[in-house]
Amino acid sequence: MHYIFEPGLFSSGPVRTAVLVGTVVAVTSGVIGVLTVIRGQSFAGHSLADVATTGGAGAFLIGVNQFWGFLIAGVAGAAIMELIGVQRRRGRDVATGVVLGAALGAAALFLYLGTQTSSTTGASFTILFGSMFVISPDTVPALIASGIVALAVVAVLSRVLLLTSLGPDLAAARGVPVRAVGIAYLMALAVAVSLSAVAIGAVLSTALLIGPAATALRVTKRPGLAMAASALTGTAATWLGILLAYDSFYWSSSGRGWPVSFFVVALVLIAYLLSYARRPSRGRRAGRAAEARKVLVEG
Amino acid sequence: MTVPWKTEQAVQELLRLEGISVRLGGREILRDVSFTVGPGEFTGLIGPNGAGKTTLLRVILGLQPPTAGRVLLNGRPRPRRGGERLIGYVPQKLAIDPDMPLRARDVVSLGIDGNRLGFPLPSAARRELVDEALRAVEAERYADARVGELSGGEQQRVMIAHAVIARPRLLLLDEPLANLDLRSEQGIVAVLARLAREQRIGVLISAHDMNPLMAETSAVVYVAGGRAAAGRTGEVIRADVLTALYGSQVDVLRVQGRVIVVAGEAPQPGDPVGAGAVARPDGS
Amino acid sequence: MFSSLMMNTWIAASIVAVIAGVTGFFAVLRGQSFAAHAIPNGAFAGAAGAGLLGLNVIWGLAVFALAGALGIGALGRRARQDVVTALVLVLMLGTGALFLSLSTEYAEVTYSLLFGEVFGVSPNVLVPIAVLGAVSVAAIAVIYRPLLLASALPEVADARGVSTRQMDLCFLIVMALATTMTVPVVGALLVFALMIGPAAAARSFTRRPGYAIAVATGIALVTVWAGIALSYRTNWPLGFYVGVIAAGFFLLGQAWTAVRRHGVRGRTPAAPVPADTC
Repeated sequence: MHYIFEPGLFSSGPVRTAVLVGTVVAVTSGVIGVLTVIRGQSFAGHSLADVATTGGAGAFLIGVNQFWGFLIAGVAGAAIMELIGVQRRRGRDVATGVVLGAALGAAALFLYLGTQTSSTTGASFTILFGSMFVISPDTVPALIASGIVALAVVAVLSRVLLLTSLGPDLAAARGVPVRAVGIAYLMALAVAVSLSAVAIGAVLSTALLIGPAATALRVTKRPGLAMAASALTGTAATWLGILLAYDSFYWSSSGRGWPVSFFVVALVLIAYLLSYARRPSRGRRAGRAAEARKVLVEG
Repeated sequence: MTVPWKTEQAVQELLRLEGISVRLGGREILRDVSFTVGPGEFTGLIGPNGAGKTTLLRVILGLQPPTAGRVLLNGRPRPRRGGERLIGYVPQKLAIDPDMPLRARDVVSLGIDGNRLGFPLPSAARRELVDEALRAVEAERYADARVGELSGGEQQRVMIAHAVIARPRLLLLDEPLANLDLRSEQGIVAVLARLAREQRIGVLISAHDMNPLMAETSAVVYVAGGRAAAGRTGEVIRADVLTALYGSQVDVLRVQGRVIVVAGEAPQPGDPVGAGAVARPDGS
Repeated sequence: MFSSLMMNTWIAASIVAVIAGVTGFFAVLRGQSFAAHAIPNGAFAGAAGAGLLGLNVIWGLAVFALAGALGIGALGRRARQDVVTALVLVLMLGTGALFLSLSTEYAEVTYSLLFGEVFGVSPNVLVPIAVLGAVSVAAIAVIYRPLLLASALPEVADARGVSTRQMDLCFLIVMALATTMTVPVVGALLVFALMIGPAAAARSFTRRPGYAIAVATGIALVTVWAGIALSYRTNWPLGFYVGVIAAGFFLLGQAWTAVRRHGVRGRTPAAPVPADTC
């Protein structure tokens, strides 16, 4: 037992902060991720993460906390993507990717300029790959608040969002303001991405957004259940990741630990692959699809 | 030295299906289906949606192994892979986006040797072949347009040219008329009939509404309830034959030159066009 | 700018641009632009790992890029393509992060592996790049026809005896090879821009597949040459210029398409034909 819970784990301040923030992040990303996967917008989520990288790098350049950079850039990116019409027309992912690839180029520039002006080494690493143990406690209230707001938006809109996923025309026919709902969703997504970026880095944030959600959806087709399962899986991966990362400081004599983000990402993928361990028969799968349709359409 | 009459007989059937059964996902889709298609014959493969028409086409193409029965091409059993030279195929719909850098004539050019390694060198002979094929389907007007920007009917013509440019003996089409307006339907059927006549190709065209094909088809393979009835149109499209196929009372009405198949029960989704206790006279 | 030190960069970048243009054409045609995002990140992890182990970075790049490509190919058939690609992409990046954090000089190495480095093309990387470049171009030339058929007309390809599965696999492998070469020069995160931007722009400017490949290659070359020159002058990262210039060409292409669609092209002038007849 001693080797699993290394000394100082439970009393360490940074660990407590990491666990708190990690939980908020995992829950928010997990829930919103379910909607993202159902809507087939994993690519959009990843593109937003690219834009968030730019924001984080920009924030670093001007000396502001990364989270605000992630958030503002994420929201701006979401607005741009809505303008490009990534939700309305198929095949817009190329456009999105290219334009946001330019954003990554800008991130490269900001990081470069930032390292010229300040002496903090490894800042690039933190922005790109996260560093959960160095989250400043001052930002924690803001992180928690953002998570709650995003979750609230999604909770209110979840039924409508599921309806629009079946077909925007269907929803519009029922009098749903499809465009407005889509924008609100993209904003919530931007928040989820930013939170995830703070925890495990902008470039890796997709893992917490897509992984637990995809895993949960393989286990159940009922959206509510999937969101709960997704949040749970993400939280478990995060906690376990923090634990392993803390322990890793003790694994080698150099006292350097492995990044939390690596563990989280690896655990998320393992969970997803494990969900393939059970293979339902064709009949059951067909039945579940029919059930899903019933649930989504008639509720 | 070939003996003329013997050659005639041997080549009489380009395609012969004997007792084809197909089982998919635990369900028996088709049972004991047999029919033939000869050179120059224009045959309709008719049946409601989900009856197994596409499955049957895939069996002929070698993409779906049958659980029983055999397929003979030119009198010889179909090899597992191969036979592509003999058979041209026109799929139902293309998933092509409008920006795709591929002109109609590029698509047709791929019909010559798109399945062989290497890359095509432009030559006068190739251009001649492509032009000729485009003329045969009356598509010269838009030969240089992006194939993704063409209408459904125009794309069908291009795909037909693609399929016949290498002079196959057999041409299979999967629901080519499904999303076309009336005039386009008539145009496509006319083109196909002419190709069948001029190039002595056997044409097998699947559809859920037989009316656009009535003028040209000499034979029909009607698929329903997992079984098939094949023969001349007049022999197959009869109340007694179709009742046996469907397993429930079916009437056949002929109104103003159109055929309407009426089933005794209420219409189900996927019933052939015109079926149902309330008959729709225009066959649509 | 044209010193012997820089010559390596010019040569390597030119080779890379040609491959990116050719491969990118097919990636966009096949709608696999997301894979063009994912596989380079695999390469990144490999490069970091190779650095950790002290091997030539090309080995790491090649092995991990191939693993990533095959992983996407294998898993993608059983699971949803977009989810699997995203997760594999991220796992690769995370692994790269791990390797980097375990090595001693991670800041600069991270940076150049992700965003490119004009001065970072060492001679012992140049020869492999040239060889891989030649192999990739030859491979594409050999499978050009069936690959085009399987990519543009998949419904027909199988019927004509071209196995779309085999072509999928072949293409992913070529993409992995192309990526291996591109990452050291342009950086893992910007390979996507160089592969997809020029190819997406090219399809706006021409209707013919052969021309589209040539135009994509040309645009890619212009992009890297301009990028190198500007990066040399300003010391700003090459990846920045590549990202921005590629996006610029893409937007140009979109604008051109919009203009083009307002006129009627490609039909020989004849009696006016209503749009709904065929």
